Amino acid sequence: MTQATNETSWFAKRITLNRIWREHFKEYYAPKNFNFWYFFGSLAMLTLAIQLLTGIWLTMHYTPSAKDAFASVEYIMREVNYGWLLRYMHSTGASAFFIVIYLHIFRALLYGSYKTPRELVWYLGVIMYLLLLAEAFCGYLLPWGQMSYWAAQVITSLFTAIPVVGAKLALWIRGDFNVADATLHRFFALHVIAIPLVLLLMVWLHILALHTVGSNNPDGIDIKKNVDENGKPRDGIAFHPYYTVKDMVGATVFLIIFASVVFFAPEMGGYFLEHANFQPANPLMTPDHIAPVWYMTPFYAILRAIPDKLGGVIAMFSAVFIFFLLPLLDRSPVRSMRYRGWLSRTALTLFAISFIGLGYLGAVAVTPLRTLAAQILTVIYFAFFLLMPVYTKLEKCKPLPERLT
Amino acid sequence: MSGQSIDLQRRRFLRLATQLFAAIGAGFAAIPFISSWLPSARARAAGAPVETDISDLRPGEMKVVEWRGKPVWVIRRNNEALLSLDQVADRLRDPESIVEQQPIYARNHHRSRDPEFLVLVGICTHLGCSPKYVPTEGELGPDWPGGFYCPCHGSKFDMAGRVFKNVPAPINLEVPPYRLLAGDKIIIGEEDA
Repeated sequence: MTQATNETSWFAKRITLNRIWREHFKEYYAPKNFNFWYFFGSLAMLTLAIQLLTGIWLTMHYTPSAKDAFASVEYIMREVNYGWLLRYMHSTGASAFFIVIYLHIFRALLYGSYKTPRELVWYLGVIMYLLLLAEAFCGYLLPWGQMSYWAAQVITSLFTAIPVVGAKLALWIRGDFNVADATLHRFFALHVIAIPLVLLLMVWLHILALHTVGSNNPDGIDIKKNVDENGKPRDGIAFHPYYTVKDMVGATVFLIIFASVVFFAPEMGGYFLEHANFQPANPLMTPDHIAPVWYMTPFYAILRAIPDKLGGVIAMFSAVFIFFLLPLLDRSPVRSMRYRGWLSRTALTLFAISFIGLGYLGAVAVTPLRTLAAQILTVIYFAFFLLMPVYTKLEKCKPLPERLT
Repeated sequence: MSGQSIDLQRRRFLRLATQLFAAIGAGFAAIPFISSWLPSARARAAGAPVETDISDLRPGEMKVVEWRGKPVWVIRRNNEALLSLDQVADRLRDPESIVEQQPIYARNHHRSRDPEFLVLVGICTHLGCSPKYVPTEGELGPDWPGGFYCPCHGSKFDMAGRVFKNVPAPINLEVPPYRLLAGDKIIIGEEDA
């Protein structure tokens, strides 16, 4: 009844919002067996919303210049009404975003969500992950603390490893002979406008591509093969109200944890906000121990594990970009780990261990033993990808069920 | 116009020509945007040479001068430091300074105009941290001859800024262009007048 009135309302005759609502919510049929791992897509959207809202409010008080940036962050923390809350929500939000995204990516690895026909969904996802790393890196410079400054110095120096054009390229990126005021200004512009705009566009395309091919599920089988007389998948349920309600429960639990961190442990013992960043940037003195924020430490550990500058840089960038190749490397006839053999399961477990292990090693100071450990874990990290065509082909998979289990 | 047949070849030519010119136009239009990221006139002016007085520098002491936002070290080496340069040669990656990290007048075993005064850009050639000045022999282990140590990733350099083997930094520390003036003054960032 309400449907009819909606269809003939003043707005419905002038804009097709009803159709979008139907296509993406009311009549978007998702598999009925979504589990815990399927919370993180909607949670990523929630985190993005938190970051946009708090970020816009922070720009109202922040000054992006080398002279005033550090003081303006202090001003936000001490003098702006609820400024501390806005900033802690934003800094905790950055870490929360990566936790959510890493679990979201792990879900895709677990259930083969990158396999045909969802390659484009996966490619767009990897692009968003790269954008998110760039967004976090640019944002990290803005407080203009010691760690902000030297992290930017180290990362922009990575480009000097490129033969011939490297030094010129680093100069171009920094806009000065060193990380300086010009660098801070452009990173601010990238952080608050350029990257978020592209990110939003990518989110839209990611969802559009997902809804074109339909969601994967923990069984990794196609629900569109089995439809009733109305063309509705028998194993599908409408996204609204079933999954909107489920996601609201997920959001509630997430926000409880999020608020606990914001209020009781916003620095997270130096992992979410590093101690060295409570000192203003000093271009003439490097802190004794430089480590990136936790979500970048796995790649940093790979960089340090290779005893050659150019080799280390290549290995680090490869570690991120290799995710693009996943749909091509996986030769398994089934998607989900539920029906794969022990080889795939062991490989994924080892990969998860190597990622966490590298994350730890990238956060602590180097010793010869730790360098060796990082080198072993780097080999495991890349072996997961490079040996995938072999082990996914060798193993024997279990038979797939006809319907969702 | 015949009105009947469509000349597909002509259409394709026109489409390609339009696309090509649009691409060239976009390329030229990108120049101001890309170029605006290069150091501004102000940044380049701030990168002008700096002059400093070194008459008060005693043997073994170091002075840090800011040039182009980077720390530049001026060190007055004592005799022990100069002697250590020859002893460490076989532990170095590039003892002869083959890689162009110095002006031609600093391409010698002491990497300076005057053997006594060492001038270096205090930025590690690995990833741009600023190494520490550790001049005392044996301070970083029994075979440490004195030199520079980068706390970020453990790179080591000798008393002429030459990199040791088996550390992450690939090349020697950079020697900036500089000039010694009468009256114990030094100009950093300027070649011979």
